[in-house]
Amino acid sequence: MRKLLKFLKPYTKESILGPLFKWIEVLFELCVPLVMANMIDQGIARRNMSYVGKMFLLLVLLAVFGFLASITAQYFAAKAATGFTRDLKHHFYAHIQNLSISQLDEIGSASLVNRMTNDMNQLQSGVNMTLRLVLRSPFVVLGAMCMAFSISVKIAGIFLITIPILSLIVYVIMKMTIPMYRKVQEKLDILLLHTRENLIGMRVLRAFCKEEEEIQHFLDKNQSLTNWQKKVGRISGMLNPLTFMVVNLAIAILIWQGAVEVSIGNLTQGEVIALYNYMSQILVELIKFANLLVLLTKCTASGDRVQAVLDYAPAMKEEIKETSIAKNESGNMVEFRQVTFQYHENAAPALQNISFQIKTGEMVGIIGATGSGKSSLVHLLLRFYDVKKGEIWMDGKNIAAYSLRTLRDKIALCPQKAVVFQGSLRENLLWGNPEATEDEMWRALEDAQIKELVEGKPDGLDFYIEQGGKNLSGGQKQRITIARALLQKAKILILDDSASALDYVTEAKLRKALEKRKGTQTIIMVSQRTLSIQHADQILVLDDGNLVAHGTHDALLESCEVYQEIVQVQKGA
Amino acid sequence: MDNKTIIKKVWNYIKPYRILIAFAFLLTFFSVGLTLYIPILVGDAIDCIVVNMFNRKIFSILLRVIICAMAAAGSQWGLAFIYNKITYQVVRDMRNEAFQKIQKLPVAYMDQHMYGDTVSRMITDVDQFSDGLLMGFSQLFTGILTILATIFFMFSMHIGITVLVILLTPLSLFVAQLIAKKTYSRFLDQSRIRGIQTGKVEEMIGNQMVVRAFSREEKNLEEFDTINEALSQCSLKAFFYSSLTNPSTRLINNIVYACVGLCGAYVSIKGMLTLGQLACYLSYANQYTKPFNEISGVVTELQNAIACAGRIFALMEEKEEEEADGYSELVALQGKVDLEHVFFSYEPEQKLIEDLSLHVQKGQKIAIVGPTGCGKTTLINLLMRFYDPVKGSIRLDDLSIQQMKRQQLRNQIGMVLQETWIKTGTVLENITMGRPDATREEVISAAKASYSHSFIKRLPQGYDTLLTENGEALSQGQRQLLCIARVMLCLPPILILDEATSSIDTRTEKKIQQAFQKMMEGRTSFIVAHRLSTIQDADVILVMKDGNVIEQGNHDALLKKNGFYATLYHHATHIEA
Repeated sequence: MRKLLKFLKPYTKESILGPLFKWIEVLFELCVPLVMANMIDQGIARRNMSYVGKMFLLLVLLAVFGFLASITAQYFAAKAATGFTRDLKHHFYAHIQNLSISQLDEIGSASLVNRMTNDMNQLQSGVNMTLRLVLRSPFVVLGAMCMAFSISVKIAGIFLITIPILSLIVYVIMKMTIPMYRKVQEKLDILLLHTRENLIGMRVLRAFCKEEEEIQHFLDKNQSLTNWQKKVGRISGMLNPLTFMVVNLAIAILIWQGAVEVSIGNLTQGEVIALYNYMSQILVELIKFANLLVLLTKCTASGDRVQAVLDYAPAMKEEIKETSIAKNESGNMVEFRQVTFQYHENAAPALQNISFQIKTGEMVGIIGATGSGKSSLVHLLLRFYDVKKGEIWMDGKNIAAYSLRTLRDKIALCPQKAVVFQGSLRENLLWGNPEATEDEMWRALEDAQIKELVEGKPDGLDFYIEQGGKNLSGGQKQRITIARALLQKAKILILDDSASALDYVTEAKLRKALEKRKGTQTIIMVSQRTLSIQHADQILVLDDGNLVAHGTHDALLESCEVYQEIVQVQKGA
Repeated sequence: MDNKTIIKKVWNYIKPYRILIAFAFLLTFFSVGLTLYIPILVGDAIDCIVVNMFNRKIFSILLRVIICAMAAAGSQWGLAFIYNKITYQVVRDMRNEAFQKIQKLPVAYMDQHMYGDTVSRMITDVDQFSDGLLMGFSQLFTGILTILATIFFMFSMHIGITVLVILLTPLSLFVAQLIAKKTYSRFLDQSRIRGIQTGKVEEMIGNQMVVRAFSREEKNLEEFDTINEALSQCSLKAFFYSSLTNPSTRLINNIVYACVGLCGAYVSIKGMLTLGQLACYLSYANQYTKPFNEISGVVTELQNAIACAGRIFALMEEKEEEEADGYSELVALQGKVDLEHVFFSYEPEQKLIEDLSLHVQKGQKIAIVGPTGCGKTTLINLLMRFYDPVKGSIRLDDLSIQQMKRQQLRNQIGMVLQETWIKTGTVLENITMGRPDATREEVISAAKASYSHSFIKRLPQGYDTLLTENGEALSQGQRQLLCIARVMLCLPPILILDEATSSIDTRTEKKIQQAFQKMMEGRTSFIVAHRLSTIQDADVILVMKDGNVIEQGNHDALLKKNGFYATLYHHATHIEA
């Protein structure tokens, strides 16, 4: 939480001026009981009404100045809080984009979204409150104590004892509730996850008639949240009553002591009233303060959750040694040298001791059973993950020597899961190449076999795609992602099983379009179908994380048993 | 929905606790009475303070102060306890109902709305609502009561000053209300922009792989910053305006305080008020204004809470799917399916399925083929009643599916969708989705039949491995195998396989095909297929194009017709040869 404070730095001016103006307001407020004491001792006791009048005017003046100081403070606080959150969100977002994919897998996207939204809101209120109110209260408390000392050192001793006791109460209760608030947040997270999952899996859940059961699960989880909330509420609810009790006890002692002091002439009645007022003021402030702390505990919990993500150091090392433009003399675009990779420490290797070369301008097919490591291989090329052992070379350099950006700009990826984004089709296509002209876009759409469909839409390129591409079919989404990748002028084009939802005719046409690119672009096609890759210059056959063979279709038919079997199955069907 | 309706609806949730609330009200009386009695006692004590003399009476008065303080503290805690209970239970009930509502909304609703938006209503909005409600409970009652009781106690001491105080205070309320009104629309804006931001964040964070593959990080950040900036501007205004409430009311209260001092001094000089009473008055003037501050704070908070509640109720009032009474007994159907003159489209202006008729006998195999995006999945939406036809009827064993309960219908159909979905839970829980009572042996044999046993075995905890939302631990194909295992376990009379084999390698697929053949025996099945070779033995092939069924018949008949199917087929065999 503390580390987040650096985001307040650009708002140092506001963060200082805010509390400063608050303190000015408090100073004005603290004068009030003194003015009153004078009004009583000088005005009432001496029956001097004009003095009373003067004091009244002074009170009104104090109120007006207090008001002006206060709204100035509010403005600065609001400015600092919203600015702080804006910057933090920006940083958080940028940070997420810097974390490695395995780190993101670990945190989970639902949890990230929740931190980005709910927790940020909490933090925003928290900063605003802190600047506005939390700093005010201790100042009032201390100020009241100083004032008390200026009236009577002896009686001020009561303040000196009461304030630590009150602080202790606040501290203990905070200490108890903070971990509990965290627990509540956790439970809320679970609920969020459950809801989201239900929305996404709605069709399947309904197909299996799971509505009732899901409701039951939700009720249970929700009940557990409610129980925790009530538990925290019971403890934090003790704060106000306890402080109230302590302060009133202190008042009783104060008046008793005051009476003693007055009786021996050390103090006036008006001064006792002023002291009493100061003690009451402390209570009012403490109650405010305590309520705020309850809110703030929620914020620190949120702050910690945000910080926890920021604490992940980007696991991917980026060595930017761009100075020497590597000359690719090998003629190989991609080379795997004894690459071994596993997703987790203890997991079985997803890829084992893989070595192969892909020549510049080649078209390469990768085939293999589900879970054989095809997608892992693609992920390694893009450095979504780092290899465990071995090296991957691309375009004359170890991929670890490129900046991620340079590396990924060399590759146009059409991912297995067809992801399109909310926004116009044009915007989606521009992902591939922000400078693409209208002509280029239409050509890419044509090559991706979706031109006709787009032409049929009244908005054409401005056709609006809803979130998750819900207004498109799976095949349409796939072809849009293909067009997007085609637009990118990259040295390597990877199609990760991205024609799976296309029918044969469409796929054949797509393949023909791709063949035109042969020679200029190195193309890697991951597929389940031999048909899609049989004309490739080289086919890599993966089986259970091992590269069992590579070669042309014909060569593999001769020599590779696994490949033969795959072809047999597909032909025979 | 206007505020009045929203408040009325909120009351419906609170109503069950009205007895508890009544009790809380009594307790509030008690606690407020004691709290306000303390300054009077203190005033009495101050009057006992005299120069040159120590009055022992002061001890008994101060003892009473302490007792009152303890009793007041006790009742305050009791109140906190009760209000916590009510708030959190009300919120729980609301969430439960909203969730139940989601289960009853038509699939079309979810297809048209962002997940993030619905989730944010259920989680964030409800949370903010609960904050507002809790504040409302704990401060509104007490505040109002404190004001009334203070007025009562003040009247008992001096009428003139009290009247003055009462005349001045409405000013503070008036100002508070004025500000609240101005702030409300800002909060609405804030809520709206936040929704947009959440949607964006969900989309981009959920698909980081694609984002990175395209090196879109910077561009995304820029886009995010634009929304972020707009939100920040809007929040600044909402914050500032709403935070004006406190200083403004405090200003007025301080002026009231000064007036009490002025008048009190005047009256004391006249000898009609003791100094102790004046001290008590001043303390009241302080305490009296505090609830006004609080109430105005609560008002802003409640405004926000009502805005949030409005969004929740809007969700809860979405039109539910109409549910038929259903048939009382519908155990095992044969699986005869008839479509009569079915018309359907998602949007009225865009025609999709037009006058489709289809008669399927028990145990027949229906294949749906056609170019990508021709609307094949629409047919499945209709059969599963995710959507209802605009015109025409669909019958199952001569019973209209619209007169069945949806669950009755869906229990008869097993479905494997193109987009696989894994639920958070163990592998076992995922497979037993359709039959929670299945034994482990049955699950394993279903997994074996769908060729998923071998990879499940290799997972860290086998069948008890926990799978997460995105099922990151599994490949796309493995996910699909799991989904097939689910259906394998329940084997209903009708099967729908929607491009189910698209991301499974061909070797595995072959084995699955064999398992499917066995599974389909005696069962009516609909297959959305890509490979023409796998469906040649289908009893009926529906050839779809641009949303319409342009040809139907078996393989030979369609070839003879020499239409679109024949072209497709020749093309495919040509490539395959």
